[in-house]
Order: sequence, then C-alpha cells, then structure tokens
Amino acid sequence: MRMQKQDNRAWLGVLPVLLIVAFSAVIPLMTVVNYSVQDILDINTRLFVGFEWYRETLNDHRLQEALGRQLLFSSLVILIEIPLGIVIALALPRKGKLLSILLILFAVPLLIPWNVVGTIWQIFARSDIGLLGVSLDFFGIGFSYASNPLHAWITLLAMDVWHWTSLVVLLAFAGLSSIAPAYYQAAELDGASRWQVFRFIELPRLKGVLTIAVLLRLMDSLMIYTEPFVLTGGGPGNSTTFLSQYLATKAVGQFDLGPAAAFSVIYFLIVLLVCWIFYTAVVKGEGRDR
Amino acid sequence: MNRPRENGRSHAFGAYLLLTAYSTYLLLPLYWLVTMALRNNADILGSFELFPSNPTIKNFAEIFLNEVWRSGFSNSLSYVALNTAISLTVALPAAYVFSRFRFLGDRQLFFWLLTNRMAPPAVFLLPFFQLYSAVGLFDTPLAVALAHCLFTVPLAVWILEGFMAGIPKEIDEMAWLDGHSFLSFFFRIFLPINRGAIGVTVFFCFMFSWVELLLARTLTASDAKPIVVVMTRTVSASGLDWGLLSAAGVLTVVPGLVIVWFVRKHLVQGFTLGRVS
Repeated sequence: MRMQKQDNRAWLGVLPVLLIVAFSAVIPLMTVVNYSVQDILDINTRLFVGFEWYRETLNDHRLQEALGRQLLFSSLVILIEIPLGIVIALALPRKGKLLSILLILFAVPLLIPWNVVGTIWQIFARSDIGLLGVSLDFFGIGFSYASNPLHAWITLLAMDVWHWTSLVVLLAFAGLSSIAPAYYQAAELDGASRWQVFRFIELPRLKGVLTIAVLLRLMDSLMIYTEPFVLTGGGPGNSTTFLSQYLATKAVGQFDLGPAAAFSVIYFLIVLLVCWIFYTAVVKGEGRDR
Repeated sequence: MNRPRENGRSHAFGAYLLLTAYSTYLLLPLYWLVTMALRNNADILGSFELFPSNPTIKNFAEIFLNEVWRSGFSNSLSYVALNTAISLTVALPAAYVFSRFRFLGDRQLFFWLLTNRMAPPAVFLLPFFQLYSAVGLFDTPLAVALAHCLFTVPLAVWILEGFMAGIPKEIDEMAWLDGHSFLSFFFRIFLPINRGAIGVTVFFCFMFSWVELLLARTLTASDAKPIVVVMTRTVSASGLDWGLLSAAGVLTVVPGLVIVWFVRKHLVQGFTLGRVS
C-alpha cells in the first residue's frame, strides 16, 4: 500500500507529533523511570537503590492479586464484547433512517464521562433506589453490589458491556459496509449458507477493524480506573481493585514515590506485553493465511 | 440490498429482536438517570417510582444558577476543544506522510506512537503534576489538553493514516500535474476528501478527552476545575444528593449528543470509509 521509495523529508511531517509526544509522554516517562531507582527522602536527599523497588513490587501480594483480577476482567470483557458487537453489527440494517437512529443511539454511551457512567450504574443498580436493584429484589434476588463480590463483578461487567460494546459494533459495521456486493452475489450463486458467508467472506474482511477493536478494548480495560472507583470503590474488600486503582492509592494516597514509580513501569510493560502478544498473534495468523 | 438473501423472515425477526434488546439495555440506565434528575432527593429516597409523579426542574435550576457548575462546564469544553485542535493539527501532516512515504524508521515510529496509547494514565499522574507545575501550566485548561494528547494524538494519527492510506495516490499526482503547490493540494483537495475521516477523528478525540477524569482531576485545583471533578467534589462534600448528581450527569451527556448530531453523517459514512480490510 505504501510507496517503496524512501524520502526522509517526510520526517518534517512527523516533527510536530514528535514534539507533542516528547512533552506529554517521553519526559514524564523518563521521570517515572528515574524515580523508580531512587529512594526519595525529601527533595534534596535521594539515594540510588537500583532495582530494590522492583523487587519489592514484584513480591507484593496485593499487586499480584490485583493483576490476577485485572487479567480476568480484561479477558471477560473481550470474550463478551467482541462477539456481541459482531452479532449486533450483522443484525443492523444496511441503510435507511432506522440505521442512522440506531448508530446515534449506540454512540451515546461512548461519549458519557467515565465517572458519570459509574454514577449512572450506581443509581441504576442500587438496591434502594435503582431500577435494576429494586427489580431484582422484587423477584426475590437479594442483589447488593456493595457487599457481595460476585454481584459487584456482574455489575461491573454489565456496566462495561453497556459502555463499550457499541465501539465494537461501530467498527465491525464499518468493516461490513466495505464489503463489495459482488462477494455476496458470488456466495449466493455458490449456494453458501449464512454461516459460510460469515466465516469465509465477512470474517476475513473484518480482521483489520476487529484488530483495532480488540486492541482498543484490551488497552482500555487494562487501564480501567474511574468506573469501578465510582461504582464499587474497589470493594467489597479488595474484590474489584484493579491495577490502576491500586497504583493510584499507592502514588497519591500513600505518596510512596519510588515503589509507585517501579509499579508504574511494570504496569506499562504489562500492558505493552499483552498488546504485543495479541498483535504478533494476529500478524502471524495473517502470514499463515497467505 | 447488498446482503445475502436472508433465510426468510425468521432471520430478520431475530435481528430486530436483538437490536430491540440491545437498544433497551442501552436506554434503561439512561432513562433511570433522567427520572432521578427530575425528582428531589427526599422524593427519591422516600418512594420508588417508575415514572416521576411530581417532576421538578429544581436540580437543573440549581446547577444553572451556580457559578461553580457553570465554570466547570466551560473549563471542560475549553480543554476538549483545545485538545481536539492540537491533536488534529499535529496528526494531519503526520498521518499524511505515514500514508504516502517510506522513510527511515517509519514503522518503528508508528508503533512507538501507538505504545503511548497503551500507557495507563495512572502511571503519569505524578510526573504530569510536577512537569506542568514546573512550566507554570498547572490548573489551566491547556495543561489538561496537552496531557490528553498522550492518548488522543496516537489515536488520531492511527485513524487518519488508515483513512488516508485508502485514498489512491493518483489523486496526489493529478494535483501536481494540474499545477497545485503542495499546500494548495493539501488544503484544497486532500483535506476536503478526508472530511469524513476528520469527523471521525474529532469524534474520537472528543470521546476520550471529554470523558477522562483521572488526569483532569490531577492537573487542576480551582480555576480550571472541570465538570467531572465538580461532580465528584461538590456532591460528596454536601452529602449525596442523588437528584442533583443525576441532573449534572444528564447535562454531561448533552455535549456528546451534540457531537454525535454534527458528525452523524460522517459516523454513518466516515466509519465506513476507513481502512477496514
């Protein structure tokens, strides 16, 4: 797709991006790395401690538990939202007024501030004033996300599906719309079943957008902070404390600069690693297909 | 029309059932938020009602008459607008060269840009706070706008590159032959062709900047306090007023609706024009 001739004048075009990213990402990241190898007693007294904070962080049981919960949560999010998003995109009409209305409706949860999403679900699920909580209570299910860890998880997942499935729908729909009618006509001539049409025509052409969708959902679910913070505050107990929340408690609450910085670096590497594994798996899969 | 022949009515029926179910799922929590916003707190805590029996706009009035809430709104809108403007300005040329040229380290650079999208904001809380304090930007909308560039710029480059790569480079060459200078080609021909892509990018920049709380809260103290922070602070200070909280929630949904309305054509068409194969 790209031209093969090299032209290094093109660097001029990316210069503004580099400047912005240097300011908003590189400098802060260097600061974090710098802190992570020092013991900062006060502004003028700093000791180089090498990898001490990393060792301490990796042996932190609460961190390991938070990581476990984080990976479980992200896996569940991907497993629910991606298939659901594809199915809904397939069910959408291809044109017309109904389509426009539905797409606008679907986009709404994506544009609501994340703490408001938490608030909405708090109001919706509470067993005293919430429509969901009171309804479940009415049917004899004592629902309380504030005291029952399982209920807290279900509420969090329901909230995340509510919040983000539409992104998958919009992207998958974009992919479906790009498929030329000729493919469908050919499939019809061959007498392909609905499943075969999906498996051999639609799914391969969706690969690009689905990669974007999975990557975005992976990154964002791994970084989730605000919604669980508002809804459950990480509780009951620590049952919904994910990585970001644990880090924020450490960095802002306890103000442990060194350990928090080491945690940050490890956290960033975990997100990178997960995304990289997924990305190479997709690229490898592509190589095999061709 | 470009669908395969459906297996009779049953498929269409199933599809409508699914769409209805999903739409209901999306709408119910929103409906509940609106009914809460139309009731006062004592009423909410006193009785459970599916429809508000004596609706009131008292909550909304309180927000509109209060200076703190109003400035929260204008602060949020100003950093979102700044962020969108900065992101587009730097991302457009970058996306163009990524889609048109090969140059030393282009792939590595592109991937490295994306890795910034993967950096958890919580990681940057402390250094951002120190950096923006050091350069005197702390507690200004510009600080939040620049901080949000951390994730909006990589995303903008990513989306725009996808769209631009799908535009045949013959268009560029035709423009050279017609005697356009580069700038005239870029602004008069290339950008108008990509208006759908720009619409989608604005949508995404808005989406990730308007909704963010963690960085916005850390980088502001009093003057530039955004609406999402006003919600968490004001409400928790005076005890939970569910009605007021809901009304504020309803108001934060409004700018999103406006954006969706403006890009509705691009949302339908623009999403579909990108690199999707």
